[in-house]
Amino acid sequence: MLDVRGIKKVYESKDRTVEAVRDLTFTLQAGELACLVGPSGCGKTTLLKIMSGLLEPTSGEVLLEGKRVEGPPPGMAVVFQEYGRSLFPWMTVRENVELPLKQKKLAAARRTELVEESLAAVGLAEAHAAYPWQLSGGMQQRVAIARAVAYEPHVLLMDEPFAAVDAQTRADLEDLIRDLWHKFQVTTLFVTHDIDEAVYLGQRVLILSNSPTVIRDDLAVDLPDQRDQLTTRSSPRFAELRARVYEQIHRAKTPAAEPVGAGATALPTSADHGSTEF
Amino acid sequence: MTGVLRRLGLALGLPIVLLAAWWFASANSTDFFFPPLSEILQSLVEEWFGPRLAADVVPSVLRLAAGYALAVVVSISLGVLIGTSRTVRGLLEPVLEFFRAIPPPVLVPIFMLLFGIGDGMKVVVIAFGCMWPILLNTVEGVRAVDTVLSDTARTYGITGAARLRTLVLPAASPQIFAGLRQGLSVAIILMVISELFAASNGLGFAVVQAQRSFAIAETWAGMLMLGLLGFLLALLFRVVENRQLRWYHGLRRAQRSS
Repeated sequence: MLDVRGIKKVYESKDRTVEAVRDLTFTLQAGELACLVGPSGCGKTTLLKIMSGLLEPTSGEVLLEGKRVEGPPPGMAVVFQEYGRSLFPWMTVRENVELPLKQKKLAAARRTELVEESLAAVGLAEAHAAYPWQLSGGMQQRVAIARAVAYEPHVLLMDEPFAAVDAQTRADLEDLIRDLWHKFQVTTLFVTHDIDEAVYLGQRVLILSNSPTVIRDDLAVDLPDQRDQLTTRSSPRFAELRARVYEQIHRAKTPAAEPVGAGATALPTSADHGSTEF
Repeated sequence: MTGVLRRLGLALGLPIVLLAAWWFASANSTDFFFPPLSEILQSLVEEWFGPRLAADVVPSVLRLAAGYALAVVVSISLGVLIGTSRTVRGLLEPVLEFFRAIPPPVLVPIFMLLFGIGDGMKVVVIAFGCMWPILLNTVEGVRAVDTVLSDTARTYGITGAARLRTLVLPAASPQIFAGLRQGLSVAIILMVISELFAASNGLGFAVVQAQRSFAIAETWAGMLMLGLLGFLLALLFRVVENRQLRWYHGLRRAQRSS
Protein backbone atom coordinates (compact mmCIF):
# COMPACT_ATOMS: atom_id res chain seq x y z
CA MET A 1 0.00 0.00 0.00
CA LEU A 2 2.54 2.57 1.15
CA ASP A 3 6.18 1.60 0.69
CA VAL A 4 9.00 3.62 2.15
CA ARG A 5 12.25 2.41 0.66
CA GLY A 6 15.69 3.42 1.82
CA ILE A 7 14.78 7.03 2.51
CA LYS A 8 17.76 9.22 3.30
CA LYS A 9 17.72 12.96 3.81
CA VAL A 10 20.81 15.10 4.18
CA TYR A 11 20.51 18.83 4.72
CA GLU A 12 23.47 20.70 3.33
CA SER A 13 24.29 24.22 4.36
CA LYS A 14 27.41 26.31 3.94
CA ASP A 15 29.38 25.11 6.91
CA ARG A 16 27.76 21.89 7.97
CA THR A 17 26.01 18.86 6.63
CA VAL A 18 23.27 17.33 8.71
CA GLU A 19 22.05 13.83 8.07
CA ALA A 20 18.49 13.98 9.37
CA VAL A 21 17.31 10.59 8.14
CA ARG A 22 19.80 7.85 7.35
CA ASP A 23 17.99 4.84 5.98
CA LEU A 24 14.31 4.19 6.51
CA THR A 25 12.42 1.29 5.06
CA PHE A 26 8.97 0.10 6.04
CA THR A 27 5.63 -0.82 4.49
CA LEU A 28 2.10 0.04 5.51
CA GLN A 29 -0.58 -2.52 4.68
CA ALA A 30 -3.94 -1.35 3.33
CA GLY A 31 -6.32 -0.51 6.17
CA GLU A 32 -3.61 -0.50 8.80
CA LEU A 33 -3.35 1.98 11.68
CA ALA A 34 0.33 2.35 12.49
CA CYS A 35 2.07 4.70 14.86
CA LEU A 36 5.51 6.08 14.33
CA VAL A 37 7.21 7.06 17.55
CA GLY A 38 10.65 8.47 18.18
CA PRO A 39 12.55 10.86 20.41
CA SER A 40 11.96 14.53 19.71
CA GLY A 41 14.17 15.95 17.00
CA CYS A 42 14.65 12.54 15.37
CA GLY A 43 13.47 13.57 11.92
CA LYS A 44 9.82 12.49 12.21
CA THR A 45 8.62 15.64 10.52
CA THR A 46 11.25 15.35 7.79
CA LEU A 47 10.11 11.79 7.09
CA LEU A 48 6.47 12.84 7.01
CA LYS A 49 7.18 15.66 4.62
CA ILE A 50 9.02 13.27 2.32
CA MET A 51 6.17 10.76 2.47
CA SER A 52 3.62 13.44 1.64
CA GLY A 53 5.66 14.65 -1.32
CA LEU A 54 6.42 18.06 0.19
CA LEU A 55 10.13 17.36 0.40
CA GLU A 56 12.53 15.51 -1.92
CA PRO A 57 14.54 12.74 -0.27
CA THR A 58 18.30 12.74 -0.90
CA SER A 59 17.96 9.10 -1.89
CA GLY A 60 15.37 6.34 -1.68
CA GLU A 61 11.75 6.48 -2.71
CA VAL A 62 8.19 6.40 -1.44
CA LEU A 63 5.61 4.37 -3.33
CA LEU A 64 1.89 4.89 -2.84
CA GLU A 65 -0.10 2.00 -4.34
CA GLY A 66 2.91 1.16 -6.48
CA LYS A 67 3.34 4.69 -7.83
CA ARG A 68 6.36 6.75 -6.95
CA VAL A 69 5.58 9.87 -4.89
CA GLU A 70 7.03 12.92 -6.63
CA GLY A 71 4.74 15.63 -5.34
CA PRO A 72 1.74 15.56 -3.04
CA PRO A 73 -0.18 12.50 -4.29
CA PRO A 74 -3.94 12.85 -4.85
CA GLY A 75 -4.84 9.89 -2.64
CA MET A 76 -3.24 11.26 0.50
CA ALA A 77 -4.33 13.66 3.24
CA VAL A 78 -2.13 15.13 5.94
CA VAL A 79 -3.10 16.51 9.34
CA PHE A 80 -0.48 18.84 10.76
CA GLN A 81 0.37 19.55 14.36
CA GLU A 82 -0.25 23.29 14.08
CA TYR A 83 -4.04 23.26 13.75
CA GLY A 84 -4.10 27.04 14.15
CA ARG A 85 -2.00 27.42 11.03
CA SER A 86 -3.44 24.69 8.85
CA LEU A 87 -7.04 25.95 8.65
CA PHE A 88 -7.84 28.91 6.42
CA PRO A 89 -8.92 31.65 8.86
CA TRP A 90 -10.87 33.54 6.18
CA MET A 91 -13.10 30.56 5.54
CA THR A 92 -15.83 29.08 7.69
CA VAL A 93 -15.56 25.51 8.96
CA ARG A 94 -17.75 24.31 6.10
CA GLU A 95 -15.70 26.16 3.48
CA ASN A 96 -12.48 24.77 4.93
CA VAL A 97 -13.72 21.20 4.65
CA GLU A 98 -15.25 21.78 1.24
CA LEU A 99 -12.27 23.52 -0.41
CA PRO A 100 -10.24 20.36 -1.25
CA LEU A 101 -13.42 18.73 -2.56
CA LYS A 102 -14.01 21.66 -4.91
CA GLN A 103 -10.43 21.28 -6.04
CA LYS A 104 -11.19 17.61 -6.74
CA LYS A 105 -14.10 18.84 -8.92
CA LEU A 106 -16.75 16.85 -7.06
CA ALA A 107 -20.39 17.71 -7.75
CA ALA A 108 -22.05 20.07 -5.29
CA ALA A 109 -24.44 17.43 -3.94
CA ARG A 110 -21.61 15.00 -3.25
CA ARG A 111 -19.58 17.76 -1.58
CA THR A 112 -22.43 18.65 0.75
CA GLU A 113 -22.86 14.99 1.63
CA LEU A 114 -19.15 14.53 2.42
CA VAL A 115 -18.88 17.77 4.42
CA GLU A 116 -21.91 16.90 6.52
CA GLU A 117 -20.86 13.32 7.08
CA SER A 118 -17.31 14.17 8.10
CA LEU A 119 -18.23 17.08 10.37
CA ALA A 120 -20.84 14.91 12.07
CA ALA A 121 -18.24 12.15 12.46
CA VAL A 122 -15.91 14.45 14.39
CA GLY A 123 -18.77 15.82 16.50
CA LEU A 124 -19.00 19.25 14.89
CA ALA A 125 -22.33 18.96 13.09
CA GLU A 126 -23.40 22.30 14.59
CA ALA A 127 -20.29 24.32 13.74
CA HIS A 128 -20.59 24.66 9.94
CA ALA A 129 -20.92 28.44 9.89
CA ALA A 130 -18.29 29.23 12.53
CA TYR A 131 -14.83 30.48 11.70
CA PRO A 132 -11.93 28.29 12.93
CA TRP A 133 -10.67 30.99 15.31
CA GLN A 134 -14.02 30.99 17.08
CA LEU A 135 -13.37 27.38 18.15
CA SER A 136 -11.14 25.88 20.83
CA GLY A 137 -7.85 24.24 19.86
CA GLY A 138 -9.26 20.73 20.11
CA MET A 139 -12.23 21.66 17.95
CA GLN A 140 -9.97 23.26 15.36
CA GLN A 141 -8.00 20.03 15.11
CA ARG A 142 -11.31 18.18 14.70
CA VAL A 143 -12.07 20.43 11.71
CA ALA A 144 -8.67 19.62 10.20
CA ILE A 145 -9.37 15.91 10.73
CA ALA A 146 -12.84 16.24 9.19
CA ARG A 147 -11.31 17.96 6.18
CA ALA A 148 -8.83 15.09 5.78
CA VAL A 149 -11.55 12.43 6.12
CA ALA A 150 -13.94 14.20 3.71
CA TYR A 151 -11.17 14.13 1.11
CA GLU A 152 -11.58 10.32 1.07
CA PRO A 153 -7.84 9.66 1.08
CA HIS A 154 -6.33 6.23 0.60
CA VAL A 155 -3.69 7.13 3.16
CA LEU A 156 -3.99 9.52 6.07
CA LEU A 157 -0.80 10.91 7.59
CA MET A 158 -0.91 12.68 10.93
CA ASP A 159 2.04 14.64 12.25
CA GLU A 160 1.82 14.85 16.05
CA PRO A 161 -1.70 16.20 15.71
CA PHE A 162 -2.43 16.32 19.45
CA ALA A 163 0.89 17.67 20.71
CA ALA A 164 -0.57 21.12 21.29
CA VAL A 165 -3.89 20.30 22.99
CA ASP A 166 -4.61 19.67 26.66
CA ALA A 167 -4.64 16.17 28.15
CA GLN A 168 -8.42 15.73 28.39
CA THR A 169 -9.01 16.90 24.82
CA ARG A 170 -6.17 14.71 23.73
CA ALA A 171 -7.77 11.56 25.17
CA ASP A 172 -11.05 12.43 23.39
CA LEU A 173 -9.26 13.00 20.11
CA GLU A 174 -7.37 9.70 20.42
CA ASP A 175 -10.67 7.86 20.74
CA LEU A 176 -11.98 9.86 17.81
CA ILE A 177 -9.09 8.63 15.65
CA ARG A 178 -9.85 4.99 16.57
CA ASP A 179 -13.55 5.55 15.79
CA LEU A 180 -12.86 7.21 12.44
CA TRP A 181 -10.45 4.48 11.52
CA HIS A 182 -13.09 1.81 12.28
CA LYS A 183 -15.71 3.75 10.39
CA PHE A 184 -13.79 4.75 7.24
CA GLN A 185 -11.14 1.98 7.16
CA VAL A 186 -8.51 4.36 5.88
CA THR A 187 -4.84 3.41 6.09
CA THR A 188 -3.39 5.69 8.74
CA LEU A 189 0.11 6.60 9.85
CA PHE A 190 0.14 8.49 13.10
CA VAL A 191 3.37 10.21 14.08
CA THR A 192 3.89 11.05 17.74
CA HIS A 193 6.56 11.44 20.37
CA ASP A 194 4.19 10.17 23.06
CA ILE A 195 4.79 6.49 23.82
CA ASP A 196 1.45 5.91 25.56
CA GLU A 197 -0.39 7.49 22.68
CA ALA A 198 1.44 5.31 20.15
CA VAL A 199 0.66 2.09 22.01
CA TYR A 200 -2.94 3.07 22.73
CA LEU A 201 -3.75 4.01 19.14
CA GLY A 202 -1.78 1.69 16.93
CA GLN A 203 -2.10 -1.83 15.66
CA ARG A 204 1.58 -1.52 15.15
CA VAL A 205 4.26 0.78 16.49
CA LEU A 206 7.35 1.70 14.50
CA ILE A 207 10.12 2.99 16.74
CA LEU A 208 12.65 5.40 15.30
CA SER A 209 16.18 5.92 16.52
CA ASN A 210 17.69 9.26 17.27
CA SER A 211 18.96 11.26 14.30
CA PRO A 212 20.37 10.17 11.87
CA THR A 213 17.23 8.12 11.89
CA VAL A 214 16.73 4.45 11.25
CA ILE A 215 13.91 2.09 12.33
CA ARG A 216 14.84 0.51 15.65
CA ASP A 217 11.90 -1.73 16.15
CA ASP A 218 8.60 -2.69 14.54
CA LEU A 219 6.20 -3.83 17.20
CA ALA A 220 2.77 -5.42 16.74
CA VAL A 221 0.30 -4.16 19.34
CA ASP A 222 -1.78 -7.15 20.36
CA LEU A 223 -4.26 -5.24 22.51
CA PRO A 224 -7.96 -5.94 21.89
CA ASP A 225 -9.50 -3.94 19.06
CA GLN A 226 -12.06 -2.20 21.29
CA ARG A 227 -9.98 0.13 23.40
CA ASP A 228 -10.91 2.67 26.01
CA GLN A 229 -8.87 5.11 27.96
CA LEU A 230 -9.49 3.50 31.34
CA THR A 231 -9.27 -0.28 30.93
CA THR A 232 -6.82 -0.43 28.03
CA ARG A 233 -4.35 1.90 29.65
CA SER A 234 -4.46 0.01 32.96
CA SER A 235 -4.12 -3.47 31.43
CA PRO A 236 -0.87 -5.39 32.13
CA ARG A 237 -0.27 -5.95 28.40
CA PHE A 238 -0.41 -2.18 27.79
CA ALA A 239 2.21 -1.69 30.50
CA GLU A 240 4.46 -4.35 28.93
CA LEU A 241 4.23 -2.87 25.45
CA ARG A 242 4.74 0.61 26.80
CA ALA A 243 7.83 -0.53 28.71
CA ARG A 244 9.25 -2.14 25.60
CA VAL A 245 8.79 0.98 23.48
CA TYR A 246 10.15 3.13 26.27
CA GLU A 247 13.25 0.99 26.55
CA GLN A 248 13.90 1.17 22.81
CA ILE A 249 13.47 4.94 22.76
CA HIS A 250 15.66 5.33 25.79
CA ARG A 251 18.37 3.27 24.17
CA ALA A 252 17.92 5.24 20.97
CA LYS A 253 18.67 8.42 22.87
CA THR A 254 21.99 7.16 24.24
CA PRO A 255 23.92 5.44 21.44
CA ALA A 256 27.08 3.60 22.53
CA ALA A 257 30.02 5.72 21.41
CA GLU A 258 28.63 8.45 19.19
CA PRO A 259 28.39 11.90 20.74
CA VAL A 260 24.95 13.35 20.04
CA GLY A 261 24.10 17.02 19.63
CA ALA A 262 20.85 18.77 20.38
CA GLY A 263 18.93 17.35 17.46
CA ALA A 264 21.19 16.05 14.79
CA THR A 265 24.71 14.83 14.29
CA ALA A 266 27.01 17.06 12.33
CA LEU A 267 29.21 15.35 9.82
CA PRO A 268 32.46 16.71 8.48
CA THR A 269 31.68 18.80 5.42
CA SER A 270 33.21 18.36 2.01
CA ALA A 271 35.22 21.53 2.61
CA ASP A 272 36.93 19.80 5.51
CA HIS A 273 37.79 16.85 3.31
CA GLY A 274 39.27 19.22 0.79
CA SER A 275 41.57 20.82 3.27
CA THR A 276 43.03 17.47 4.39
CA GLU A 277 44.34 16.85 0.90
CA PHE A 278 46.99 19.51 1.17
CA MET B 1 -29.09 52.92 21.66
CA THR B 2 -27.53 55.18 24.29
CA GLY B 3 -24.17 53.68 23.29
CA VAL B 4 -24.66 54.77 19.69
CA LEU B 5 -25.71 58.27 20.79
CA ARG B 6 -22.70 58.47 23.07
CA ARG B 7 -20.30 57.48 20.29
CA LEU B 8 -21.97 59.87 17.87
CA GLY B 9 -21.67 62.65 20.44
CA LEU B 10 -17.99 61.88 20.97
CA ALA B 11 -17.30 61.79 17.24
CA LEU B 12 -19.21 64.99 16.41
CA GLY B 13 -18.35 66.95 19.56
CA LEU B 14 -15.01 68.42 18.58
CA PRO B 15 -15.90 69.24 14.94
CA ILE B 16 -18.98 71.14 16.18
CA VAL B 17 -16.90 73.06 18.74
CA LEU B 18 -14.27 73.91 16.13
CA LEU B 19 -16.85 75.07 13.59
CA ALA B 20 -18.60 77.16 16.24
CA ALA B 21 -15.29 78.74 17.29
CA TRP B 22 -14.48 79.52 13.66
CA TRP B 23 -17.98 80.88 13.08
CA PHE B 24 -17.91 83.31 16.01
CA ALA B 25 -14.26 84.29 15.66
CA SER B 26 -14.72 85.19 12.01
CA ALA B 27 -18.28 86.54 12.21
CA ASN B 28 -17.30 90.19 12.21
CA SER B 29 -14.08 89.76 10.28
CA THR B 30 -13.30 92.53 7.86
CA ASP B 31 -9.93 91.04 6.93
CA PHE B 32 -10.01 90.40 3.20
CA PHE B 33 -8.11 87.12 3.54
CA PHE B 34 -10.17 85.75 6.44
CA PRO B 35 -13.80 86.13 5.38
CA PRO B 36 -16.57 85.15 7.83
CA LEU B 37 -17.37 81.40 7.87
CA SER B 38 -20.92 82.25 6.82
CA GLU B 39 -19.58 83.60 3.52
CA ILE B 40 -17.34 80.56 3.05
CA LEU B 41 -20.23 78.16 3.68
CA GLN B 42 -22.44 80.13 1.35
CA SER B 43 -19.82 79.79 -1.36
CA LEU B 44 -19.45 76.08 -0.58
CA VAL B 45 -23.15 75.51 -1.11
CA GLU B 46 -23.64 77.87 -4.03
CA GLU B 47 -20.45 77.26 -5.96
CA TRP B 48 -19.00 73.88 -4.98
CA PHE B 49 -22.29 72.08 -4.58
CA GLY B 50 -23.66 74.17 -7.45
CA PRO B 51 -22.19 74.47 -10.95
CA ARG B 52 -18.68 73.46 -9.84
CA LEU B 53 -19.84 70.01 -8.72
CA ALA B 54 -20.31 68.79 -12.26
CA ALA B 55 -17.67 71.06 -13.81
CA ASP B 56 -14.77 70.40 -11.40
CA VAL B 57 -15.50 67.94 -8.61
CA VAL B 58 -16.80 65.12 -10.79
CA PRO B 59 -13.89 65.23 -13.32
CA SER B 60 -11.43 65.22 -10.41
CA VAL B 61 -13.07 62.25 -8.75
CA LEU B 62 -13.24 60.35 -12.05
CA ARG B 63 -9.51 60.87 -12.66
CA LEU B 64 -8.81 59.86 -9.07
CA ALA B 65 -10.86 56.69 -9.50
CA ALA B 66 -9.17 55.82 -12.80
CA GLY B 67 -5.65 56.45 -11.47
CA TYR B 68 -6.30 54.57 -8.25
CA ALA B 69 -7.87 51.63 -10.06
CA LEU B 70 -4.93 51.45 -12.45
CA ALA B 71 -2.49 51.50 -9.53
CA VAL B 72 -4.42 48.80 -7.67
CA VAL B 73 -4.49 46.42 -10.63
CA VAL B 74 -0.84 46.97 -11.59
CA SER B 75 0.52 46.92 -8.04
CA ILE B 76 -1.32 43.85 -6.86
CA SER B 77 -0.45 41.82 -9.97
CA LEU B 78 3.17 42.92 -9.88
CA GLY B 79 3.31 42.49 -6.11
CA VAL B 80 2.08 38.89 -6.32
CA LEU B 81 4.66 38.16 -9.01
CA ILE B 82 7.53 39.74 -7.06
CA GLY B 83 6.43 38.20 -3.78
CA THR B 84 6.23 34.70 -5.26
CA SER B 85 9.42 34.58 -7.30
CA ARG B 86 12.83 35.16 -5.80
CA THR B 87 14.29 35.71 -9.28
CA VAL B 88 11.78 38.39 -10.23
CA ARG B 89 12.34 40.05 -6.86
CA GLY B 90 16.12 40.13 -7.32
CA LEU B 91 15.69 41.48 -10.83
CA LEU B 92 13.14 44.21 -10.14
CA GLU B 93 13.88 45.40 -6.62
CA PRO B 94 16.76 47.83 -7.38
CA VAL B 95 14.85 49.40 -10.27
CA LEU B 96 11.70 49.75 -8.20
CA GLU B 97 13.62 51.31 -5.32
CA PHE B 98 14.88 53.93 -7.76
CA PHE B 99 11.45 54.74 -9.19
CA ARG B 100 9.98 54.85 -5.72
CA ALA B 101 12.55 57.45 -4.68
CA ILE B 102 11.36 59.89 -7.36
CA PRO B 103 8.82 62.36 -5.89
CA PRO B 104 5.77 61.95 -8.15
CA PRO B 105 5.10 65.73 -8.63
CA VAL B 106 8.47 65.98 -10.43
CA LEU B 107 7.08 63.56 -12.98
CA VAL B 108 4.29 65.89 -14.02
CA PRO B 109 6.46 67.84 -16.52
CA ILE B 110 7.86 64.61 -17.96
CA PHE B 111 4.48 62.94 -18.18
CA MET B 112 3.11 66.09 -19.84
CA LEU B 113 5.64 65.55 -22.62
CA LEU B 114 4.84 61.85 -22.86
CA PHE B 115 1.08 61.77 -22.35
CA GLY B 116 0.04 65.33 -23.26
CA ILE B 117 -1.85 67.64 -20.94
CA GLY B 118 -5.16 65.80 -20.92
CA ASP B 119 -6.74 63.40 -18.48
CA GLY B 120 -4.31 60.61 -19.45
CA MET B 121 -1.36 62.44 -17.94
CA LYS B 122 -3.20 63.14 -14.69
CA VAL B 123 -4.39 59.55 -14.36
CA VAL B 124 -0.84 58.28 -14.90
CA VAL B 125 0.60 60.70 -12.32
CA ILE B 126 -1.96 59.57 -9.74
CA ALA B 127 -1.36 55.90 -10.54
CA PHE B 128 2.42 56.23 -10.50
CA GLY B 129 2.45 57.97 -7.14
CA CYS B 130 0.03 55.81 -5.23
CA MET B 131 1.19 52.42 -6.53
CA TRP B 132 4.25 52.15 -4.25
CA PRO B 133 2.66 51.59 -0.88
CA ILE B 134 0.25 49.11 -2.49
CA LEU B 135 3.04 47.28 -4.31
CA LEU B 136 5.40 47.04 -1.35
CA ASN B 137 2.70 45.90 1.04
CA THR B 138 1.48 43.29 -1.43
CA VAL B 139 5.01 41.92 -1.82
CA GLU B 140 5.43 41.67 1.95
CA GLY B 141 2.01 40.10 2.42
CA VAL B 142 2.59 37.51 -0.29
CA ARG B 143 6.01 36.63 1.07
CA ALA B 144 4.63 36.13 4.56
CA VAL B 145 2.09 33.43 3.63
CA ASP B 146 2.22 30.87 6.42
CA THR B 147 4.31 27.80 5.56
CA VAL B 148 1.93 25.34 7.22
CA LEU B 149 -1.02 26.82 5.34
CA SER B 150 1.00 26.64 2.16
CA ASP B 151 1.90 22.97 2.80
CA THR B 152 -1.74 22.23 3.56
CA ALA B 153 -2.81 23.72 0.25
CA ARG B 154 -0.17 21.71 -1.59
CA THR B 155 -1.16 18.40 -0.02
CA TYR B 156 -4.75 19.00 -1.17
CA GLY B 157 -3.58 19.76 -4.69
CA ILE B 158 -4.45 23.45 -4.49
CA THR B 159 -2.01 25.04 -6.92
CA GLY B 160 -1.88 27.71 -9.60
CA ALA B 161 -4.87 30.01 -9.94
CA ALA B 162 -6.80 28.27 -7.16
CA ARG B 163 -3.86 28.79 -4.81
CA LEU B 164 -3.77 32.48 -5.69
CA ARG B 165 -7.50 32.91 -5.15
CA THR B 166 -8.00 30.81 -2.03
CA LEU B 167 -4.63 31.16 -0.29
CA VAL B 168 -2.23 33.89 -1.42
CA LEU B 169 -4.58 36.84 -1.90
CA PRO B 170 -6.68 36.28 1.23
CA ALA B 171 -3.55 35.65 3.32
CA ALA B 172 -1.97 38.85 2.05
CA SER B 173 -5.18 40.89 2.22
CA PRO B 174 -4.56 42.55 5.62
CA GLN B 175 -1.24 43.88 4.31
CA ILE B 176 -2.72 44.75 0.93
CA PHE B 177 -5.44 46.81 2.62
CA ALA B 178 -2.83 48.67 4.67
CA GLY B 179 -1.14 49.58 1.39
CA LEU B 180 -4.44 50.51 -0.25
CA ARG B 181 -5.24 52.91 2.58
CA GLN B 182 -1.88 54.69 2.29
CA GLY B 183 -2.20 54.69 -1.49
CA LEU B 184 -5.59 56.38 -1.29
CA SER B 185 -4.27 59.39 0.63
CA VAL B 186 -1.34 59.72 -1.78
CA ALA B 187 -3.79 59.52 -4.70
CA ILE B 188 -5.87 62.40 -3.35
CA ILE B 189 -2.78 64.58 -2.95
CA LEU B 190 -1.67 63.79 -6.48
CA MET B 191 -5.13 64.39 -7.86
CA VAL B 192 -4.83 68.01 -6.69
CA ILE B 193 -1.18 68.40 -7.71
CA SER B 194 -1.74 67.03 -11.20
CA GLU B 195 -4.44 69.67 -11.71
CA LEU B 196 -2.19 72.57 -10.76
CA PHE B 197 -0.43 72.34 -14.11
CA ALA B 198 -2.03 72.69 -17.49
CA ALA B 199 -5.55 71.86 -16.43
CA SER B 200 -8.86 73.31 -17.51
CA ASN B 201 -11.02 71.81 -14.78
CA GLY B 202 -10.81 69.92 -11.50
CA LEU B 203 -10.68 70.70 -7.80
CA GLY B 204 -7.01 71.69 -7.75
CA PHE B 205 -7.43 73.87 -10.83
CA ALA B 206 -10.55 75.59 -9.46
CA VAL B 207 -9.00 76.33 -6.06
CA VAL B 208 -5.93 77.92 -7.63
CA GLN B 209 -8.09 79.87 -10.08
CA ALA B 210 -10.30 81.17 -7.28
CA GLN B 211 -7.21 82.27 -5.35
CA ARG B 212 -5.70 84.01 -8.37
CA SER B 213 -8.91 85.90 -9.04
CA PHE B 214 -9.15 86.90 -5.34
CA ALA B 215 -12.34 84.91 -4.78
CA ILE B 216 -11.16 84.30 -1.23
CA ALA B 217 -14.32 82.75 0.21
CA GLU B 218 -14.41 80.33 -2.69
CA THR B 219 -10.77 79.38 -2.11
CA TRP B 220 -11.49 78.57 1.53
CA ALA B 221 -14.59 76.68 0.50
CA GLY B 222 -12.52 74.66 -1.99
CA MET B 223 -10.28 73.59 0.85
CA LEU B 224 -13.31 72.48 2.85
CA MET B 225 -14.58 70.61 -0.20
CA LEU B 226 -11.30 68.73 -0.52
CA GLY B 227 -11.36 67.90 3.18
CA LEU B 228 -14.92 66.60 2.86
CA LEU B 229 -14.03 64.53 -0.19
CA GLY B 230 -11.03 62.96 1.57
CA PHE B 231 -13.12 62.26 4.63
CA LEU B 232 -15.88 60.61 2.60
CA LEU B 233 -13.44 58.44 0.67
CA ALA B 234 -11.72 57.34 3.89
CA LEU B 235 -15.11 56.45 5.35
CA LEU B 236 -16.05 54.46 2.26
CA PHE B 237 -12.68 52.70 2.42
CA ARG B 238 -13.27 51.75 6.05
CA VAL B 239 -16.62 50.20 5.20
CA VAL B 240 -15.11 48.06 2.43
CA GLU B 241 -12.11 47.11 4.57
CA ASN B 242 -14.20 46.09 7.57
CA ARG B 243 -16.27 43.90 5.33
CA GLN B 244 -13.32 42.21 3.61
CA LEU B 245 -11.19 41.79 6.73
CA ARG B 246 -13.88 40.77 9.16
CA TRP B 247 -12.15 37.40 9.57
CA TYR B 248 -8.83 39.10 10.29
CA HIS B 249 -10.18 41.40 12.99
CA GLY B 250 -11.99 38.43 14.56
CA LEU B 251 -8.82 36.34 14.44
CA ARG B 252 -6.80 39.12 16.07
CA ARG B 253 -9.39 39.53 18.82
CA ALA B 254 -9.39 35.76 19.44
CA GLN B 255 -5.58 35.71 19.62
CA ARG B 256 -5.49 38.64 22.03
CA SER B 257 -8.02 37.18 24.42
CA SER B 258 -6.38 33.74 24.58
